[in-house]
Amino acid sequence: MNLDPHTLWAILAMGVATYATRLAGLIVPPGFATRGRLKAAFEAVPAAVLTALIAPTVLATGPAESLAAAITIVAALRLPLLAVIVIGVVAAALLRATIG
Amino acid sequence: MPSPPPRSSPPARAEFRDGVVTVLPAVAAALPFGFLLGALAASKGLSPLEMGLMSGLVFAGGSQFVALDLWTSPAAWMSLGLAALIVNVRHVLMGTSIVRKMERFRGVAKPIALFFLADEIWAFAERRAAERSLTPAFYAGTTVPMVAGWLVSTVAGTLAGAVLGDPKIYGFDFAFIAIFIGLLAGFRHKTGFLPAILASAAVATLVHLVWPGPASIAAGAAAGIAAAALAARPDADAPTADDLDPGAMP
Repeated sequence: MNLDPHTLWAILAMGVATYATRLAGLIVPPGFATRGRLKAAFEAVPAAVLTALIAPTVLATGPAESLAAAITIVAALRLPLLAVIVIGVVAAALLRATIG
Repeated sequence: MPSPPPRSSPPARAEFRDGVVTVLPAVAAALPFGFLLGALAASKGLSPLEMGLMSGLVFAGGSQFVALDLWTSPAAWMSLGLAALIVNVRHVLMGTSIVRKMERFRGVAKPIALFFLADEIWAFAERRAAERSLTPAFYAGTTVPMVAGWLVSTVAGTLAGAVLGDPKIYGFDFAFIAIFIGLLAGFRHKTGFLPAILASAAVATLVHLVWPGPASIAAGAAAGIAAAALAARPDADAPTADDLDPGAMP
């Protein structure tokens, strides 16, 4: 049950950052970012961040990762998240073992 | 529009029970993700205590997965805090919307409630407010089981992960990619989704090839956000609870 000080600081930083975004609702005016480009920018943040996180692995690591990702994307369009994870992990393991 | 508060307040115990009943399916759905998050945390060297602290103090599943994907040893607090800020910035809009429906919340009840404003908690609160007035007891009823389930499942996953060992052997490291693809699919009906992911993927990959490291994430994210803003029509309206795919994690 160790508690590393660097880890503790990182968790506190994450907690403060997250709470700040939730608490901001108390001071942000009601009409803020409810329409137009600013709303689109806010709404696109999670998709843009998640894509940037996976793109290098998916597109520039190797054929096994790219193919496993393609299979995972097809699964994600029709199956629940848990099934998507299982399919992705199994596809990655099998493809790495066969085509490298 | 929330209905005006009735003169006699509904009994708090019934409201709390309503909240619990409403949230239980979401709690059950979140358990496997909490377990997986814990197992991945163990592979990054986090102890069960550290995992529990993170789940309790951050309580935002998507950003916890992102943080562990970026995790280094020793942990870099500034990049991890910044990553949490960026991933969770959508909560600003969710908080702005739900605060208008908290007219029954007094004193510190609002800031306390907002601390737990995870995606599901917000979605359930918005739906409740659309039908009748939102009470602190209902909100607590949805929050307590969700927090408890998230703490138990993530800590249990960390304990199990320590036994399982190196996740690369099982292709388990690809779980991060699969989770992020699955979460992405939930956003695919949002305005600007396609321009955002195309611009983000192109810029992140190019930056990664020239300069491997975390810069590709910031550059790709910025490009995706800019592309969505540029592609947006000016008549889009406010977010509602229906905008959110009911996810499976806090």
